[in-house]
Amino acid sequence: MQDFLSNTVALSRLQFALTAIFHMLWPVLTTGMGIYLVIIEGLWLKTRNIDYYHHARFWAKLYVLNFGIGVATGLPMAFQFGLNWAPFSESVGDFFGTVLGFEGTMAFMLEASFLGIMLFGWERVPPIIHYIATILVAFGANLSTFWILSANSWLQTPAGGIFVDGKFVVQDYFAAIANPFMVNSFLHMFFATFETSLFVIGGISAWCILTGRQPQFFAQSLKVILAVAIAVAPMQIFIGHLSAEQVSVHQPAKLAAMEALWENVPANTPAPWSVVALPNDKAEKNDWEFSIPGALSYILELKPRLDQPIQGLKEWEPRDRPHMVGLIYYSFRIMVAIGLFFAALMAVTTLQWLRGKLQVDQITQQRWLLRAWVFAAPLGYLAVETGWIVRCVGRQPWIVYGELRTVESASNLPPGEVLFSLVGLSTMYIVFLFTTLYFGSRIVRNGPDLTLPAPRNTEIAFLGSNISHELNRRPADIKE
Amino acid sequence: MQPLEPLQQFLPQVWFFILGLFLFLYVLLDGFDLGVGILSLTAKSEERRSILMTSLGNVWDANETWLILMGGSLFGAFPLAYATILNALYLPAVIMVVGLILRAVSFEFRENAERKLIWNITFGVGSFLAALGQGFALGSVFEGITVDAQGHFAGSMWDWLTWRSIIVALTLVQGYVLIGSTYLILKTSGELQNTHYKTAAIATWTTLAGAIFITVTTPAFSEQARSQLFTAPLVYVFAAIPILGLGLIFLLLRSLYRREEQTPIIWTFLVFSLSFIGLGFIIFPNIIPPSITIYQAAAAPSSLVFMLTFIGFLIPVVLFYNIYNYLVFRGKIVTD
Repeated sequence: MQDFLSNTVALSRLQFALTAIFHMLWPVLTTGMGIYLVIIEGLWLKTRNIDYYHHARFWAKLYVLNFGIGVATGLPMAFQFGLNWAPFSESVGDFFGTVLGFEGTMAFMLEASFLGIMLFGWERVPPIIHYIATILVAFGANLSTFWILSANSWLQTPAGGIFVDGKFVVQDYFAAIANPFMVNSFLHMFFATFETSLFVIGGISAWCILTGRQPQFFAQSLKVILAVAIAVAPMQIFIGHLSAEQVSVHQPAKLAAMEALWENVPANTPAPWSVVALPNDKAEKNDWEFSIPGALSYILELKPRLDQPIQGLKEWEPRDRPHMVGLIYYSFRIMVAIGLFFAALMAVTTLQWLRGKLQVDQITQQRWLLRAWVFAAPLGYLAVETGWIVRCVGRQPWIVYGELRTVESASNLPPGEVLFSLVGLSTMYIVFLFTTLYFGSRIVRNGPDLTLPAPRNTEIAFLGSNISHELNRRPADIKE
Repeated sequence: MQPLEPLQQFLPQVWFFILGLFLFLYVLLDGFDLGVGILSLTAKSEERRSILMTSLGNVWDANETWLILMGGSLFGAFPLAYATILNALYLPAVIMVVGLILRAVSFEFRENAERKLIWNITFGVGSFLAALGQGFALGSVFEGITVDAQGHFAGSMWDWLTWRSIIVALTLVQGYVLIGSTYLILKTSGELQNTHYKTAAIATWTTLAGAIFITVTTPAFSEQARSQLFTAPLVYVFAAIPILGLGLIFLLLRSLYRREEQTPIIWTFLVFSLSFIGLGFIIFPNIIPPSITIYQAAAAPSSLVFMLTFIGFLIPVVLFYNIYNYLVFRGKIVTD
């Protein structure tokens, strides 16, 4: 413990991990829910069914709560590279900083500026401008995902330049942005945020139906979610599989850690797939293991015997391979299990829908199905976080894979200073987590305001009308 | 190396200017935002605090985002400066970040809370801490940052804390209060507006006092500032700035005295612009005062060109939709 508290690198790593894990909780919901809000507002504009308008207004309340915390917790992320990882920043700033600059200018600003119009502008701008604002908010958020995933993928599979004396010299920016991992990683995260939000919205809807809170209203959102998620859930499994295949090519040590595989598996032999194990980093073996013979060869190559050999962790020197194997191994399994569960839940629900069991008068009978949806609501978050743990803990000991070590990249700060910020930030974050859950559940319990009239939007010019803000009422809530 | 010479000068200068623009917009826009937050600590009634927060409801996100833009672009354009400055200013930066987080969450939590007082306090205190952290960072610019030959931070943990940096920080807080007061004059009416005519006048005098102090002590303590200040042709610029500044302060006080609604914030913006230009002249061509220049800290020219291509053409777009946002939500907050 003493060692840990006086180790700046370890403290900086912990701080980065905690702030990233915590920050992730909020944009994961808002990026996906943004798309949902676009869909629902489109339905409102097309059908003029007031229910859809009430949906847009109700879910936007949860949206903005999460958005605010997301912006707040994102701030340390923008500065942390310089604060705690100065040598890293200097070494790769030419590329990595450029991408973060793009993210800010292209994505964040778009999102933050149009959020005001999306939330408060219902009666201030014409419907089409409002819809454009909603689209731009969703677009900005997902563009942000793109840049962040491009930057992170570059850390996994650096491309587009060379390292000269420890400094990255860019030769081709587009090659660096479109590095080998980029496409799959972006798609995997895009679908992850979308899927998480869909199951959160679906789970909340299911809970409201179960507890008798306007079941008719929430049956609508559940169906919209279902219609979208049918495509998303299987797609995500497919992309996840492609990502894992890429890991086996580009980062074999990570794959070995994901599978807690210590010994090499030569070609032309069946590879067992481990289901449960107790990895022991010191002894370089699993203390205990249950595995299915031959399953891994099917997963990787769809063949009973491998064409390509798989390297075990012992292939690398301990200083060149990831540690905390147990964490990586179980995180990976949790993520995969959740992905499969989502797809199964989706299939069952679709089946019931086709059988007509989700009609307004029958949906309340589907108690177990609805309970399964409520259970699924928080799982998306868990899958995203465990997935990132696999991705980034599995990348160790490298900060830039194969080029720059994490231990060489930390700022030379007094440990006390890092401890100060670490304790301060974590305390705040824990308080925020519970406060947000508290207020979020209150928003849900209070339910939608079904008496809210449709926005009056006769005669609004492009620049809005000159009405006044009203106290303690968001401008759009103004009634006659 | 030789043929690239003009480009290697020009590109870092362009990026110095762009970063200056981002920082300037941040200081003006989040300036009034933070100022309103600090003023909310003095607001007596729940109703008044509500008005103050309502006035920022739709703009605070975008205002704070200028800082993120500035951080990201500094990282890309001057990686060495990004690393060294943040390394040197670890504690003030953490204080600022904590402050900004506190105030940001207060908006959302207060909206949903029944007991709003606690979130009013976190909002005010957060705003104050953020302003203070930024003030200390500004103070270090005057003091200079100790670096080794490679430009890495070589000072110690508390370098940023001196009696002069405390005064700089407090002056910045005053400046934010001034700009916040003039914003509230624009957005409110009646009793509340009256209060902020008063706070604006007080803040004008305290900011002026701080500014005079900084103007006098900076050349006295800083070698770099001295050498910059007293060489022609810059000496004329530095002679003109205080005179123009005093003129603007006079116009500001006159507009407050005459109870004008829209002009005080314009004069305040101009005062800030003038100080900013002065600051720019003192720092340029350095980016880590007192010794690392923009040319030493800049990313590779190809990197700067690449960033410029994409970010450069987006700047007008970003400005356009920010202005649009303000136009849509123009008008006063009413309290009936």
